[in-house]
Amino acid sequence: MIIAQSQFVKSVDFAFFFIIAVSVFFLVLITGLMIFFVIKYNRKRNPHAKNIHGNTGLEILWTVVPTILVLFMFYFGWTGYKEMSSIPEDSMTVNVTAQMWKFSFKYDNGKTSDTLFVPVNKPVKVNLSSLDVNHAFYIPAFRLKKDVIPGRQNTAWFTATEISSHPIFCAEYCGLNHSYMYTEVVVLSESDFNVWVNRGVPNIINAVDKK
Amino acid sequence: MSTLVSNISNNGHTNYLDYKGKHDGLKGWIFSTDHKRIGILYLIALLSFFAVGVSFGFLIRLELLTIGKTIVEPQTYNAFFTLHGVIMIFLFVIPGLPAVFGNFFLPIMIGAKDVAFPRINLLSWWLYIVGGIMVIISILLPGGPADTGWTFYIPYSVRTGTNVIFTGLAAFILGFSSILTGINFVTTIHRLRAPGMGWFKMPLFSWALYATAWIQVLATPIIGITLLLIVVERVLGVGLFDPALGGDPILYQHLFWIYSHPAVYIMIVPAMGVVSEIIPVFARRTIFGYKFIAFSSIAIALLGSLVWAHHMFSSGMSSTAQFVFSLLTFLVAIPSAIKVFNWTATLYKGSIQLDPPMLYALAFIFLFSIGGLTGVVQGALSVDIHLTDTSFIVAHFHYVMFGGTGFGIFAALHYWLPKMFGRMYNKKLAKVGFWFLFVGFNTLYFPLFVMGWLGMPRRYYDYLPEYSIYHQISTVGSWILILGLIFIYYNLIRSLISGQKINDKNIWGGETLEWQIESPPIHDNFHEIPKVTSGPYEYKMNDEELEKEVK
Repeated sequence: MIIAQSQFVKSVDFAFFFIIAVSVFFLVLITGLMIFFVIKYNRKRNPHAKNIHGNTGLEILWTVVPTILVLFMFYFGWTGYKEMSSIPEDSMTVNVTAQMWKFSFKYDNGKTSDTLFVPVNKPVKVNLSSLDVNHAFYIPAFRLKKDVIPGRQNTAWFTATEISSHPIFCAEYCGLNHSYMYTEVVVLSESDFNVWVNRGVPNIINAVDKK
Repeated sequence: MSTLVSNISNNGHTNYLDYKGKHDGLKGWIFSTDHKRIGILYLIALLSFFAVGVSFGFLIRLELLTIGKTIVEPQTYNAFFTLHGVIMIFLFVIPGLPAVFGNFFLPIMIGAKDVAFPRINLLSWWLYIVGGIMVIISILLPGGPADTGWTFYIPYSVRTGTNVIFTGLAAFILGFSSILTGINFVTTIHRLRAPGMGWFKMPLFSWALYATAWIQVLATPIIGITLLLIVVERVLGVGLFDPALGGDPILYQHLFWIYSHPAVYIMIVPAMGVVSEIIPVFARRTIFGYKFIAFSSIAIALLGSLVWAHHMFSSGMSSTAQFVFSLLTFLVAIPSAIKVFNWTATLYKGSIQLDPPMLYALAFIFLFSIGGLTGVVQGALSVDIHLTDTSFIVAHFHYVMFGGTGFGIFAALHYWLPKMFGRMYNKKLAKVGFWFLFVGFNTLYFPLFVMGWLGMPRRYYDYLPEYSIYHQISTVGSWILILGLIFIYYNLIRSLISGQKINDKNIWGGETLEWQIESPPIHDNFHEIPKVTSGPYEYKMNDEELEKEVK
């Protein structure tokens, strides 16, 4: 169902669905027990309650088991994050500038664009800078998000793994047209990308879009 | 101070609603230092602000019903969610349980005549009212209501032309109200427990309020200082947070969340206390794991103060900080899990009656579990990078704040209102209201989880067509929820006017002290300060019954 659009998708989705599975198990267990007890020990059926003050064994069990489980969850989240924060040295660099309310992209050869074009299967590093307030650079399909903070340069990276295009959102509230601070990432084959990036005409974007 | 009150008048044994003190009429209320009257004052203000907050929530959802403009322009929409957040958080959820039910019942539950500082208690209500009125005025002043979100993130909050400073000052004043309540409760619990009321004989609601009060006292000053620093920055031009002056916006986020994350526990821990009261009463048995529930409140207060930066995983902190804050975030889930397991175990072999307070308490467990578990989802670093600032977060904290604290407040209302006013509501209508609220709540907030996982950012005025269906379901849910709230408000308010009078002191069969006194209580609470000999939920009759059976 989910096609891995970037190299992060697998580890993020695995961690997500692992935690969701454990959560659903506990939610069903708790809710099921609650409903079962409410029916079985209803006052009509069970007029006299029994006092049970506690059980140390059970307390230890339901402290230790969740602790072990959350340590696993932590580990999966941490390893995924490690990958996100280790930028490969051979990455292609794109400078991203955020401002109220648009993103713009600048490539090493001086080419600029309002849409992010990237080659498939090649690590891309984005240098994020803001001209005014806080923004966040968010590509849901790539499971990638990083705040863009004025006065500091954050970086992030990704490798797009399918030829496709996806929305880029601003995810940090930035005022009036926050929800219209939107553009697209277009993943091209390496040769298409090279053609695009080396053509100096700005309105070429439309031509590639039509393709 | 309480001696002062009794010198003025000798009618301390009359019902607190009819009591004649130094002042009459309205003044007898707004200048009363009686913890019960102050509790009622808070209740009236709180339910009014809640109605305003719900109205803004309703308008947010209505705007999001269709793509593009449905009812208002983006600027108005941005003000809606800011006001919704500020009102709900600072005027409803944070003061909610401590200020209303803590004020009214904490002294009674530990066998005291009043809180330790009754006049400071009245002062904190006045501060609350001044802060609340300032928030409302900020809507009307030229410049327009703040449009920054309740988080007031810098630099946007210094760039916008709206009334941010005014709203910020309101939050500053409300903070003092909260600190004073906290100081009052800590002192009351330490100093005013009745003879024999040892720490482990206290009802669990008092334990929860104790843990909460410490967070209020220790964490709230930080938001106050932060707001003062903003004034220093704006007035003196000292670069603290604004990068244009050489400041660091991330520093602001740290300071903001050092208070605002513990504030989440100020909101939820008292609701956990309410649930811990209600479950044993309606299961007619002793609570399972009293000490574990009591200490887990303290553990939440301690650990909860050390996890604030999990709101900032995408901001570009060092890997070490990410590691530590993620790990601690997972650990804070454990004491909450312990509570949930102990509540469920308390149902085992009980004799359960599904009256309205119990329905709310059980719904609390279910909804809070969803809220808590989805919080665990976001504790995982890589997953949070994807989910932060999406509607997944919005769903998560509404499950905790509304499904948890909100349902906790409604549980408390249905549980204690008959005691406070001596009149009973219509139980059938209460259950109808509950089911509308419960179904509406889930219809409203559950789609936001799905939508958030699919990448829908929060605080968006407009959205892409693929998110339409979730927005539409959610908006319909908001209508069902509001219908439920109308039933609940109508039923409770009607009960105060024409509800059946209660002559029974103990309508639910509770064993804590508030159920041993009149409904409504007398001005001095007790004719004679009780001597406490047993714990709060002993239900000795069960053991006697058992002995009979054995014989």
